[in-house]
Amino acid sequence: MTGYERPVLSVKHLNKQYGRGCLKCVNKASLLKNYCPSCGTVYACQDISFDVHPGEVVGIVGESGSGKSTLMKCLYFDQEVTDGEAYISVYENGEKNLFQQSAQQKRYIRNNVMGKVYQNPLLGLKMDFSSIGNIAEKLISAGNRHVKMMESRGIELLDKVNIPVHRRKEAPKKFSGGMQQRVQIAKALSNNPPLLLLDEVTTGLDLSVQASVLDLIKELQRELNISIVLVSHDLSVIRMLADRTFVMLEGKVIEEGLTDQILEDPQASYTQQLVHSML
Amino acid sequence: MEHLLEIKNLSKIFTLHNLGKKIHAVSGIDISLKQGEFIGITGKSGSGKSTILKSIYGTYKIQEGSIRYNSKKYGPINLTTATAREMIYLRKHEIGYVSQFLSVMPRTSARELVKQSLMEMGTPQEKADWETEKMLEHFELDKELWDSYPATFSGGEKLRLNIARAMVKRPRLLLLDEPTASLDLDSKMKVKVLIEQLIKEGTTMLGIFHDLEFMENLCDREYSMQNGMLSNSISY
Ligand SMILES: Nc1ncnc2c1ncn2[C@@H]1O[C@H](COP(=O)(O)OP(=O)(O)OP(=O)(O)O)[C@@H](O)[C@H]1O
Ligand SMILES: Nc1ncnc2c1ncn2[C@@H]1O[C@H](COP(=O)(O)OP(=O)(O)OP(=O)(O)O)[C@@H](O)[C@H]1O
Ligand SMILES: [Mg+2]
Ligand SMILES: [Mg+2]
Ligand SMILES: [Zn+2]
Repeated sequence: MTGYERPVLSVKHLNKQYGRGCLKCVNKASLLKNYCPSCGTVYACQDISFDVHPGEVVGIVGESGSGKSTLMKCLYFDQEVTDGEAYISVYENGEKNLFQQSAQQKRYIRNNVMGKVYQNPLLGLKMDFSSIGNIAEKLISAGNRHVKMMESRGIELLDKVNIPVHRRKEAPKKFSGGMQQRVQIAKALSNNPPLLLLDEVTTGLDLSVQASVLDLIKELQRELNISIVLVSHDLSVIRMLADRTFVMLEGKVIEEGLTDQILEDPQASYTQQLVHSML
Repeated sequence: MEHLLEIKNLSKIFTLHNLGKKIHAVSGIDISLKQGEFIGITGKSGSGKSTILKSIYGTYKIQEGSIRYNSKKYGPINLTTATAREMIYLRKHEIGYVSQFLSVMPRTSARELVKQSLMEMGTPQEKADWETEKMLEHFELDKELWDSYPATFSGGEKLRLNIARAMVKRPRLLLLDEPTASLDLDSKMKVKVLIEQLIKEGTTMLGIFHDLEFMENLCDREYSMQNGMLSNSISY
């Protein structure tokens, strides 16, 4: 083993603004939180840099509007970044900035080296397709054509996420919230991605359902040694799953460290407030 | 490095922003441990004992003083400035910690918990299975509990599991924060046997004990703490 361990994902100086900006806000000095009152531009992510290592779970916490989902959307190309770089070790040997790839290459990356679970299952699933059809869709996008193989992979995945196999033909709209999240997870895992992006996977679920989804993630992570970026405003979710944690406020990372350090010895005033509000 | 661990002039101040308050938890701490030494810390509640261990383990951030550790992987490294990635590696492979309070994952069986400790340091599956069973057997954890969730265990059972998890790694440096606090005599003896075994194997340990008799029978040196400072040390 060498001293240098190559990250799976490396993000450098990611910026995302909604709006064009104006002369008053170019230097970001006169913003109200992340918002320019003159032109209405929102600076949702500002100069965000981090690495994710093999098998590591990186947690991102922060209040509503701090830019967590925007960051995830940028990484999955749901939104275009304003500027910045991201590299994935399994794509072009980690040498090409993902954000500068063609639309076709971005589709390839999305379908082959990443999986994402959305807070809102409507964004991650076709509610009227069968569950197994939803999984097949991702496999087809990645170039699979072999129907029998896709079927057996779909069954294997649904089983892994504890969806009864006999219900595989049912559409997610007939499932409970927790089951829908499980189908999303199965879909996200279908191409064995080295990187999984999870945006508030348990928000809005009953406590017991939350626990079972968290167990599932923990188990999959252990079994597949997958790297995960996990966004949540719930510190107990972060405590349970994340090795390292980043704290976001108004579009910026204001604190980062070992998860237990962030929770037990938070440094920034905002982080202290966040942690204490959970006690 | 002559020592395995050298704590020099360590101070920890908690700044509570909303209260505009600073808490001096410990100051001017100097402790050195040679490879294979077992050092005990005693002191009243609030005197700063746990703060020292948590500072070594990276749970608390340190602004003043240094904690130099002679790592197998990194060589001499200052733990107060080590990166989170380095600390994660050291926690997995070299530095064990038994916390004063129980931290068990909700839905992972006792067997899985102990096994994970071994798997994350790269122990092969079969060996991990075998060592896990050996450790659970040693602590006489009821076989029926091996595959159930610790959330339902008694306090003593949880504690024994917590210790088993840390000890099964045979860490190079083991930090013990009142590992025997709520154990019955029988379980305490089991912990004692393991500690003695670890001493024989050369594990370096820094432990907090309120059971002085238990500690004095085992350790090479003892420090007592008062108001965040070391007040006294006795060698045996
Ligand atoms: N499509 C959009 N157009 C304009 N502004 C947007 C858009 N999406 C998000 N924003 C703004 O960007 C900022 C960050 O939003 P984002 O959804 O990333 O927050 P979040 O941290 O995920 O919050 P939550 O915890 O509520 O999900 C907010 O100020 C939001 O109003
Ligand atoms: N995370 C923290 N945030 C703020 N203050 C803290 C924190 N941890 C400890 N302290 C303070 O530091 C001082 C020392 O605490 P510490 O936990 O080290 O004591 P201890 O000797 O281990 O006590 P006990 O025997 O009760 O466990 C106390 O005044 C405590 O309130
Ligand atoms: Mg969001
Ligand atoms: Mg203590
Ligand atoms: Zn503007």
